[in-house]
Amino acid sequence: MKSLAELQAIRDRVKNNVVVRENNEIDYRVVVGMATCGIAAGARPVLNACSEEVAKRNLHNVMVTQTGCIGICKFEPVVEVFEADGTKTTYVKMTAEKIVRVINDHIVNGNVVTEYTIGANA
Amino acid sequence: MYRSHVLVCGGTGCTSSGSEQIIAELEKEIKAVGLAEEVNVVRTGCFGLCALGPIMIVYPEGSFYSRVKPEDIKEIVDEHLLKGRIVKRLLYSETVEEDNVKSLNETDFYKKQHRVALRNCGVINPENIDEYIAMDGYAALGKCLTEYKPEEVIQVIKDSGLRGRGGAGFPTGLKWSFAAANQADQKYVCCNADEGDPGAFMDRSVLEGDPHAVIEAMAIAGYAIGASQGYIYVRAEYPIAVKRLEIAIGQAREYGLLGKDIFGTGFDFDLGLRLGAGAFVCGEETALMTSIEGKRGEPRCRPPFPAVKGLFGKPTVLNNVETYANIPQIILKGADWFSSMGTEKSKGTKVFALGGKIHNTGLVEVPMGTTLREIVEEIGGGIPNGKKFKAAQTGGPSGGCIPAEHLDVPIDYDNLIAIGSMMGSGGLIVMDEDNCMVDIAKFFLEFTVDESCGKCTPCRIGTKRLYEMLDKITKGQGTLEDLDKMEELCYHIKNNSLCGLGQTAPNPVLSTLRYFRDEYIAHVVDKKCPAGVCKELLSYEIDPNLCKGCTLCSRVCPVGAISGTVKQPHVIDKNKCIKCGACMEKCKFAAISKK
Repeated sequence: MKSLAELQAIRDRVKNNVVVRENNEIDYRVVVGMATCGIAAGARPVLNACSEEVAKRNLHNVMVTQTGCIGICKFEPVVEVFEADGTKTTYVKMTAEKIVRVINDHIVNGNVVTEYTIGANA
Repeated sequence: MYRSHVLVCGGTGCTSSGSEQIIAELEKEIKAVGLAEEVNVVRTGCFGLCALGPIMIVYPEGSFYSRVKPEDIKEIVDEHLLKGRIVKRLLYSETVEEDNVKSLNETDFYKKQHRVALRNCGVINPENIDEYIAMDGYAALGKCLTEYKPEEVIQVIKDSGLRGRGGAGFPTGLKWSFAAANQADQKYVCCNADEGDPGAFMDRSVLEGDPHAVIEAMAIAGYAIGASQGYIYVRAEYPIAVKRLEIAIGQAREYGLLGKDIFGTGFDFDLGLRLGAGAFVCGEETALMTSIEGKRGEPRCRPPFPAVKGLFGKPTVLNNVETYANIPQIILKGADWFSSMGTEKSKGTKVFALGGKIHNTGLVEVPMGTTLREIVEEIGGGIPNGKKFKAAQTGGPSGGCIPAEHLDVPIDYDNLIAIGSMMGSGGLIVMDEDNCMVDIAKFFLEFTVDESCGKCTPCRIGTKRLYEMLDKITKGQGTLEDLDKMEELCYHIKNNSLCGLGQTAPNPVLSTLRYFRDEYIAHVVDKKCPAGVCKELLSYEIDPNLCKGCTLCSRVCPVGAISGTVKQPHVIDKNKCIKCGACMEKCKFAAISKK
């Protein structure tokens, strides 16, 4: 270790791997439906893409987690975004590409991606 | 990129309750469902709630599973990790309230705790230096080497008000400044990890859970006083701690965080491990250094203090594990942050190893000034089986017993000394009405008699005579005069012993005499042990009105002391009775009592 920059580089590389273990203030909870129907419809790539995007953007106020069957199996994969005030947005028929846009538009910039919501697809 | 982290405690407590099997089972099941790329299983240090081990926590949800059994793992993997359904049945019951899952930080055990020394324990993998670095590890060392002059480092530690966590409470910054002021061609930094008090395990947990914090702090101390070599003296009975320290030192060397020219600043520092064979006296600083030198571990007179003539006759700084664990945090967050916690003369937090008659046996870290009542009743969850609190023993064989009347005293170094005990390294043993205080004093004296190194007479012979008097009292042969003699002997041992071991050895006797003299008097005058512990003073009796003559007791009595005919009250022959209590345990009619 010859400089502080080297230490900083290691910290940056590893930080996102451990940040999930800290009890950060959570502003957004992104919940991916991972019951049999969700998994069969492709929820796993959605969940993984979501975790990666959140880590890439250093969004420490976002918790990515999973849940069971929400009951609208024909719209799976379903992702729900809960905000700190309790507001819930339900996105349906998600893909790895769509979830990246949701994180970008909704969580980072605060604009709900209306065209992916259940309202636009029902 | 892992989306979920499963942290399993790999401290000594949980390891002995089977956490290795849990980890093996987890890895097997996670692989079976194809989640090996998504879920990271991490073996961490101690979470603190040792009574509920093995402990497992799943992030990002922060679900706290306690007393996990290998057969539960499949369900947790299938339900929680695969499908996201938390297995509420297996959660620590306190985190489930009306079907809602609470955060761990809201539980009584963690709510009042404030983790500084233990901040990484149970959070990072202690065998992975990268995780420590991710938690701002080695940033404090970097800051010291590049921004501070050695005297500025010492000033920060002085300003923080940090005092030695090994028990005596000497101001750490002052200690460092003495060693820094002495010029020598070689100086040393030592770490006292010879934790020896019965019931204390905080140093072990820090070393097992966050070894790099100690390594980093020792390098900082080296820079502050001008030392290039350090030694960690750890007892060989701590195999997990030793193994993790070896791994940590190896990793730090590989990264160049130990060795030559650290951070390109020209500062050299390296560390060695020295294993102690478990002699209690080697926790005393001069004995510890003598032992590192390869000689028989015996203390010597002070002065000269180690800061002047320490290891190999060179100026040396010697601090305890927990003291070091605080240092990197103080450097990073500042002296003001640290001194904002605690009481006027005792700053920061203290780790206590909670044991004895208490629900939540384990490790707790609280700000100085927290009362004993908060620790015992709130964090510790109170005393099991509806029994009443009698006393808390702090400071191990050097400390004393604190009675119920002092439960509300804010704990700090000075307050504990004022009430006849001491902080010690942080062992806290809770006792209820079934504990005999004379017997407790005798237990600790037996320990010090055994552990006295024998170099000085007051300790070698004095503790032995003191033990004999206590033994006499527990056998009902003591006199009131003995109590006065004991007190006098205590003061002689305290004032004339060479080292801390002898100087504090009489404390358990003095404090019990002070607060529980009535129990001593009951033993001496009434020949009774009120708690029903001292065998020689007990007698078992059968109540003829309750006895149904079932003959069960006479059949279990190993010495044939109980006689009687079927359906007639039985009688115990007191001359034959060995007071084993087997009859009382078996009696279905509660007809047998001990007095």
